Amino acid sequence: MHPAIRVQNVTKSFRLGTNSGRPNLTERLLGLVRKPRANPDNEFWALKGVSFDVTPGEVVGVVGRNGAGKSTLLKVLSRIVEPTAGRAELRGRVGSLLEVGTGFHPELTGRENVFLNGSVLGMSRREIAKNFDAIVAFAGVERFIDTPVKRYSSGMYVRLAFAVAAHLNPEIMIVDEVLAVGDAEFQNKCLGKMREVARGGRTVLFVSHNMTAVQSLCSRCVWLKDGTVHADGPAREVAEAYNRAAAGGGGAEVRLDAHPGRTLGSVRAMTRVRVCDDADGTSPAVPMGGTARVEVEFELDRPLADATLGVVVKDAYYSPIFGINNKVTPCPPQPGPLTAGTVVCRLPRLPLMPGVYPLDLYFGDRLNDFDTVHNAADLTVVAADVFGTGRLPPPNAGPVCWPATWEIRAARAPEGTTDGP
Amino acid sequence: MIEPRPGWALPDFRELWRYRELLYFLALRDIKVRYAQTVLGVGWALAQPLATMAVFALFLGRVGGVGKDVPNYPLFVYAGMVAWTFFGNTIGTAALSVVSNERLVTKIYFPRLVIPLATAGVGLFDLVLATALLGGLAAWWGVLPSWSLLLLPLVALALTLAAAGIGVLLSALIVAQRDFKYVLTFGVQLWMFATPSLYLPPEALSETARLWLPLNPAHGLVAAFRQSALGEAVDWYAFGVSAATGAALALFGMLYFRRVERTFADTI
Ligand SMILES: Nc1ncnc2c1ncn2[C@@H]1O[C@H](COP(=O)(O)OP(=O)(O)OP(=O)(O)O)[C@@H](O)[C@H]1O
Ligand SMILES: [Mg+2]
Repeated sequence: MHPAIRVQNVTKSFRLGTNSGRPNLTERLLGLVRKPRANPDNEFWALKGVSFDVTPGEVVGVVGRNGAGKSTLLKVLSRIVEPTAGRAELRGRVGSLLEVGTGFHPELTGRENVFLNGSVLGMSRREIAKNFDAIVAFAGVERFIDTPVKRYSSGMYVRLAFAVAAHLNPEIMIVDEVLAVGDAEFQNKCLGKMREVARGGRTVLFVSHNMTAVQSLCSRCVWLKDGTVHADGPAREVAEAYNRAAAGGGGAEVRLDAHPGRTLGSVRAMTRVRVCDDADGTSPAVPMGGTARVEVEFELDRPLADATLGVVVKDAYYSPIFGINNKVTPCPPQPGPLTAGTVVCRLPRLPLMPGVYPLDLYFGDRLNDFDTVHNAADLTVVAADVFGTGRLPPPNAGPVCWPATWEIRAARAPEGTTDGP
Repeated sequence: MIEPRPGWALPDFRELWRYRELLYFLALRDIKVRYAQTVLGVGWALAQPLATMAVFALFLGRVGGVGKDVPNYPLFVYAGMVAWTFFGNTIGTAALSVVSNERLVTKIYFPRLVIPLATAGVGLFDLVLATALLGGLAAWWGVLPSWSLLLLPLVALALTLAAAGIGVLLSALIVAQRDFKYVLTFGVQLWMFATPSLYLPPEALSETARLWLPLNPAHGLVAAFRQSALGEAVDWYAFGVSAATGAALALFGMLYFRRVERTFADTI
């Protein structure tokens, strides 16, 4: 089968220093990624030999840091900017949505803007007229459709703009971070529409910083880093890898010999702690709902027959969320008395929201904890699509993420309906 | 298929044709926006040529004495002014159109030529209104049109071509170099005075002037507009040369625009 999108060695350089009209813009854009004035009047390579194929019907997420070249890639594919070298081939009608409401004019009425914006996005007048009622209904602005949009609330404005784009019917859809604007309700609506588009068998290229959305919408994910393809594979894996890198790699192993959090009177027993994702054993960030592994190494001057470890997970304000030890939960017997060893604690189905959680460690024997270290290390939890809906609870609703099942009952059979209980 | 595309080429007119609806909606937008929330509304289309007519008729015609040999000098000036207003305004708005539609240029693909071309829509709208008033004024002064009125659409077309072509060229230059904005402002003003057919009868010009002046497309086209509207004898030489110069400028404008449009989104 022919790929719907074939990107071959696409390279884009921006010439800097020739932008006489708006030097500020260049400097601002440049400042995002490089040290200012590192290379005056030189070229900046936003894309360096990017290649990948997308088969028809595939939904591909594009992720990467700010300035990685994501928008530039989409602009090349939308023919807005021309590549410096390389080529790209797209088969089918392309609809690109790099911004919500491009071409809206505040003086024009909602109706006029729908037609204008629709034709800017490449719809024909007949098509717009046919979908007009659906667009207005989706946006929910029927009463205001003949009012100039400058009188709209910003929510109404964005809803109407998105409604037009949502009724675009291309074979290949290119979407850049439109989910980043608007309120939560609007974002959910966008996400719902995106999912519908994705299920409809269309080819979608989707840029987002929202890893949860990427994981739930996309089957595949391309990770751009400094203008090159850093990783390309199944969305879940790439997004998790990206999350881990974003959380900062390597910092999860902490030496405890001289840790400032050790309490007064503790016997120095714990030497090292490592916190990681149990799935791969190396990455420091654990996806929500995943299994965290806490490994504590100890060394003593006398053998210990019953090593005991307590772990307390705390929130960002250092209040305990939960604690656990191997006295209250079953633990297989240790291989005889030890003067040195490692206690491995696994915390499955981690019910935590994305964030960084300090850990307190309590080490000792059956009877007492003789070594206590506060804030010994951090547990980093990254977003994952735990509910399979692409959505997460609001971030200000506490550190715990807990599932629920639902049922809605009527007080009595509702009047005027036939499908009562 | 997306590839680097070097060199000079004509615009892709087939593609442009596919985007004619966008052209229509952009022109409609400009017209509506211009008249939204103005008290005088459509009257503004007439105010500019009328006001210029008044000033010219008073100062050049009366005080300067230019109007002595011209019957109905105010009408003479107004007729030329209608054509000039269209010409100058279209150049002005077309030239600034690409930079003022920056968001469209950087966020969506369509043939960029649509933007400056659409601005001709506002000008044409005004031109039709001002020409209607010209008909009224001519009747009031007792000047009746002749068969030459049939030439009017052709003259309007030549004017549009010349104005849009120059506007297209300037719009591309302004994207690269904002300095051209300032050139534009006083350039159009100076150009008006360099177009003597606006305020001088052809007889007042020397042989040499009559030979060379039509190389200024505005000169011959303004004269032809007035002559065909008011039923005067048409100066075919001036019309032909000016129309050809205008078309040549338009061709060059489009070639240049086409050459640099692919970098618009990078540099704007
Ligand atoms: N017109 C331009 N002129 C000069 N440099 C540009 C231009 N457009 C983009 N760049 C540079 O190209 C790089 C990539 O930009 P791009 O917008 O593609 O990043 P991005 O991955 O979309 O980032 P973000 O996540 O912030 O949207 C940036 O460093 C930017 O400074
Ligand atoms: Mg971007």
